[in-house]
Amino acid sequence: MTRSPKDFWTGLIYIFFGASAILIAREYGMGTAIKMGPAYFPTILGATLAGIGAISVIRSFIVPGPPIGAFAFKGLTLVTVSVLIFGYIVRGAGLAVALPVLVIVSALASSRFRWRPTLIMAAGLTIFCVLVFVKGLGIPLPIIGPWFGG
Amino acid sequence: MELLSHLLLGLQTAATPINLFYCFIGVFLGTAIGVLPGLGPTATIAMLLPVTFVLPPVTALIMLAGIYYGSQYGGSTTSILVNLPGEAASVVTTLDGYQMAKQGRAGAALAASAIGSFFAGTVATFLIAGFGPPLAAVALKFGPAEFFSLMVLGLVASVVLAQGSLLHAIGMVILGLLLGLIGTDVNSGTQRFAFGIYELADGIGFVTVAMGMFGLGEIIRNLEDEEERAVMITKITGLWPTKEDWKRMIAPIIRGTIIGSALGILPGSGSILGSFAAYSIEKKVSKNRAQFGKGAIEGVAAPESANNAGAQTSFIPLLTLGIPSNPVSALMVGAMIIHGIQPGPSVINEQPALFWGMIVSMWIGNLFLVILNYPLIGMWVRMIMIPYQFLYPGILVFCAIGVFSLKNTEFDIYFMALFGVLGYLFSKLGCEPAPMLLAFILGPLMEEYLRRAMLLSRGNPWVFVQRPISATLLALAFLAMCSVLIPAFSKTREEAFVEGSG
Repeated sequence: MTRSPKDFWTGLIYIFFGASAILIAREYGMGTAIKMGPAYFPTILGATLAGIGAISVIRSFIVPGPPIGAFAFKGLTLVTVSVLIFGYIVRGAGLAVALPVLVIVSALASSRFRWRPTLIMAAGLTIFCVLVFVKGLGIPLPIIGPWFGG
Repeated sequence: MELLSHLLLGLQTAATPINLFYCFIGVFLGTAIGVLPGLGPTATIAMLLPVTFVLPPVTALIMLAGIYYGSQYGGSTTSILVNLPGEAASVVTTLDGYQMAKQGRAGAALAASAIGSFFAGTVATFLIAGFGPPLAAVALKFGPAEFFSLMVLGLVASVVLAQGSLLHAIGMVILGLLLGLIGTDVNSGTQRFAFGIYELADGIGFVTVAMGMFGLGEIIRNLEDEEERAVMITKITGLWPTKEDWKRMIAPIIRGTIIGSALGILPGSGSILGSFAAYSIEKKVSKNRAQFGKGAIEGVAAPESANNAGAQTSFIPLLTLGIPSNPVSALMVGAMIIHGIQPGPSVINEQPALFWGMIVSMWIGNLFLVILNYPLIGMWVRMIMIPYQFLYPGILVFCAIGVFSLKNTEFDIYFMALFGVLGYLFSKLGCEPAPMLLAFILGPLMEEYLRRAMLLSRGNPWVFVQRPISATLLALAFLAMCSVLIPAFSKTREEAFVEGSG
């Protein structure tokens, strides 16, 4: 069993990224040291990264280290999902819908969540952002999107 | 005097009413966002960057410089008032600053920070004006090998200064370089690691990465434990330091400025090294060393001066060599490129108004900070006290709209979410994101210089050690790496970060 979970998992992530880089780069031209192709630098980097990952994994079985600690799964999920939903619906539904959704879904992640202040905040932020970003800075996002006839 | 005529040109550029106005707005917004707990300068600048896109380049960069100094000062304010450093450089400020606040001397601590920063900023402005042109002249002689070695030195320095395992920090740098290569290869036109996604042809925007890793990742981390923050002070009195305070402050401010300016020029270090060094030196030479850690004003004045001096002199390598030395200046490079300016030695000659205008605007920004501090401190305190559950949804909103506005594509929002998850994951694993972001910016540049150097040397890799400047830079990088392995240094490094990990 690994004695240092941080080293172990970081090592695995590095190996994953390093190996992926080498494998994907095989499709590109390698070139020579004088005239490097698009695969040359990524392959060197990928190999180095995978090597570092391997050392880290090996080290994790030898040198003990601290545990990783509990993950904030609720926060991780809700924050990520709220942002993804916002990106997905903002063009279709418009800011007047997408912003309150982003605020409410992400606010649910807090252990101190209450509906009343969250709704007030959602309304306030939406009005503020529409005024500043759409009216003021001219960002091309609909206020009410085509899904709602905007 | 050439120096004075340069500064005068800068003053003429920066002191137009419109530029002064945006400098002020930048300082104001920077401080306002910077005082919000959990938002350091990197996240603040990344968030506010899109706002500057509508402005002409000079005005935009002046506003950005204002945002930078504002966010730094905002970070000092939270360090002093709530013991929450927004970034590594203000960690040492918490040691004595928070103690002073506890004793009801928050006003004096804030004043020491503002005055120290202003003095340091003034000196550093002259240093940049003095050293910028000769350094740029040297930089014009740099070939691809020198630039490559310089970037190696910068990345090694960022690794050495990173928190946690050295091996993992090196890994983060390599990963950052790799991620930076995503997109179209300039030489062959090949789309690398784009998975056929059209939006990836230009690569991932650095702001997207910065907002994801520093903004979202940090929010998820903060949601882990939402404990009550103890704000010591609701009313701050005595903003003007006493005569005794002045006497104790002057020498530390001067020493801090010297140390910070010198260390800030080193690539990769920025202001972090300076503030740590200034604090530990002050602790050794001060007459009041017994008071350190218990609320000594020297312990606030010295690192704050060093911090600001370093933040400013770190613009010297940025403006003359075009090499960013920390995530913040990396963001500035990105901003300059977006505005059509390629930072590097030619900027001084080709766009003198921009170069000198930006330098003078740094000084003006510092002046605004001192002035703003007095009437607005009550407002900052109220902003600090906003409960986190009302704060972070707002931050998410600004990040999401901001990142969309970069290229008007929702893909950047998805990537930001992805990097948020990645940032959280890496912070759980004890890997600091700062070196990764720096490497991310440098990735394509490094590859390009490596290619050119190897082409010129006909494939001889020894070119990097045969050219004297390049060899010196690599030797410095090697020494920096070795210094971590020296027990005494690595012990100090650990201690410094243990104190700062709170």
